[in-house]
Amino acid sequence: MPPIFEITFVTYIAAAATYVIYFVNQNKKVRSAARMTLVVGGILHTIELIIRYFVVGHTPITSMHESVSFFAWSMTWGFLVFRWRYRVKNFGTFVSLGIALLMLVASMSSHQIIPLPPALRSKWLPVHASIALLANAFLALGFCGGIMYLLQEREIKARRFGLFYSRLPSLEALDNLNHHCLAIGFPLLTLGIITGSIWAKQAWGAFWQWDPKETWSLVTWFIYAALLHFRFTMGWRRRRAAIMSIIGFGACLFTLWGVTYLLGGLHSYAG
Amino acid sequence: MQANKLLVIGVNHKVAPVEVREKLAHTGGAENPVLALKELPGNRECCFLGTCNRVEVICASDSPEETAVGVRQLLFARSGLDDTEAQKYSYTHQGVDAIAHLFRVASSLDSMIVGEPQILGQLKNAYRDAAELKSLGPILNKFINKSFSVAKRTRTETNIGGNAVSISFAAVQLAKKIFGTLEKKKVMIVGAGEMAELAAEHLISQGIGEVVVANRTLERAITLARRFNGSAVSLDELVSELETVDILISSTGATGLVLMRDDVKSIMHRRMNSPLFLIDIAVPRDLDPKLNDLDNVYLYDIDNLKDVVDVNKSERKKEADSAERIVEEETLKFVQWLESMQVTPTIVELRKKADALRVAELQKTLANLKNLSPKQIKSVETLAAALTNKLLHNPILFLKDESSGPSQKEKLEFVRTAFGLDEQ
Repeated sequence: MPPIFEITFVTYIAAAATYVIYFVNQNKKVRSAARMTLVVGGILHTIELIIRYFVVGHTPITSMHESVSFFAWSMTWGFLVFRWRYRVKNFGTFVSLGIALLMLVASMSSHQIIPLPPALRSKWLPVHASIALLANAFLALGFCGGIMYLLQEREIKARRFGLFYSRLPSLEALDNLNHHCLAIGFPLLTLGIITGSIWAKQAWGAFWQWDPKETWSLVTWFIYAALLHFRFTMGWRRRRAAIMSIIGFGACLFTLWGVTYLLGGLHSYAG
Repeated sequence: MQANKLLVIGVNHKVAPVEVREKLAHTGGAENPVLALKELPGNRECCFLGTCNRVEVICASDSPEETAVGVRQLLFARSGLDDTEAQKYSYTHQGVDAIAHLFRVASSLDSMIVGEPQILGQLKNAYRDAAELKSLGPILNKFINKSFSVAKRTRTETNIGGNAVSISFAAVQLAKKIFGTLEKKKVMIVGAGEMAELAAEHLISQGIGEVVVANRTLERAITLARRFNGSAVSLDELVSELETVDILISSTGATGLVLMRDDVKSIMHRRMNSPLFLIDIAVPRDLDPKLNDLDNVYLYDIDNLKDVVDVNKSERKKEADSAERIVEEETLKFVQWLESMQVTPTIVELRKKADALRVAELQKTLANLKNLSPKQIKSVETLAAALTNKLLHNPILFLKDESSGPSQKEKLEFVRTAFGLDEQ
């Protein structure tokens, strides 16, 4: 297999580095270069996933390496599609750093192809896993928005303007970003849990067995549900919403990694 | 030297923090201190400028050092600082420095926001008030008027006013960072002062949705609200009205705080935690500093707004530099004018001119009358001298008499023009 994953990884790092340079000097040419590099990275990544699909013989979404790589791929395209619909100043810097970090994790996990256990041989595998990871990607974008919100708010509140005040968009725009990410991520998360449950019924004969991964995805779901609920009833917007989306994403990551490494359970063979 | 009589003593945002400045400002109904200032030893003329950022006392004094101490004493009387400390928090400019300083102030080069247009209007008001209280004389009259024309020159010849950002502009920038767009947002103006009006105008030009005016006297609030197509409320309704307000600009002349932290805390949940941007441009302050501790509440006072302005300061630096050169040039010209505009030199010039005419005419006449005896020549010379002396006698008396008639400046200008002293 050609080292296409490594090439993709390096391209993403280059994109993130260029975005960081753009963030500092705010030169529009640098931004175009960064964006082009990210698009190239996204295309290479797509090719890599297709090749891996044919090499392993099923959707490459089962091992830790595969699932995190798919997570990063979703985040890249989620961002690029998002950007096409509406723009958030300097969002790319934060997102590209996130993507590069995910790719770092993916590159450090074993690339070995694991033969698919019989329980996973189902048409529900690509459906459930890709929806769940896509949900993660949008919630990760919301997490970036939350971080940006807190950075911007801190400078406005402290009345001392440093690196971020002029570079980050308005608090309103960042809050909207957070909400939009949630508006896409939350239904996907719900759908991910439902499809998982249907698949569980098919594979193990029960919709819900309270295995750690199921439990933690439910915890994550409740955090985001609470955020949405209170947003409309109590005005949990802005700062509180930003903090909640950061906590929620923490729960997402724990569901993805923490459960696998710390708690085990039925999902432990998968990512 | 005539210029050394000029004295400018002041306190601005650069030398003193808000805490010190608010103890100086003669806010609200406080009497204009020019009359008290004029009584100071040696002081002949004076003008007082008090804005929320600065206090400037402009004097023409026969004993400037003595006057300066007295001015500082009066300025810092309420703060309880002694003269050494008062000197630390103020500046005292004399002579050429005083001229350059006032020209810089009028040209808005010394402003917190360089190029902001308010200061010139404020200086004009100070001048008018001093004129009404009769504390001005020929020197300050010319001096302050000159500062207006210097300000006009810097404004037309450089672009410092072009991207001039006032405090309200800085506030608008910040509001946009918080709210994104100002459409459909509601601004409340507390206290119907000049600064608040300017801020409101700026917000309206940026597309703010709605304006509410709250004032101690409702009539004034209604008048102002009508100008902005807004509504008016009394100060008692401030807190309940705040439930629907997004931006609040406060500039009352109140001596105490107008809005406390707990007032706002109690209404935040009814506001659904929507953000509230509070701007305190009053001195002394109107808004409780602890308000900034509340979630989604952003409180800025005048010193904080300075930070916003510093962000885009460099662009204006170049324009400010060329304005500084104009100020230097005008200062030099004014010093020259001051030296010429004195009674004694004017009288000397007048005599010189008359003597020159006398000598010239005598030479011409005597050249034609060739057969005169020395005695006759002497008589003609006496005639010429008597004529010039007698003709100059009354104009000189008129110049020397300081007690009556038009102002000294007018007299000097009149005499100099009538006798053509400034013609080359």
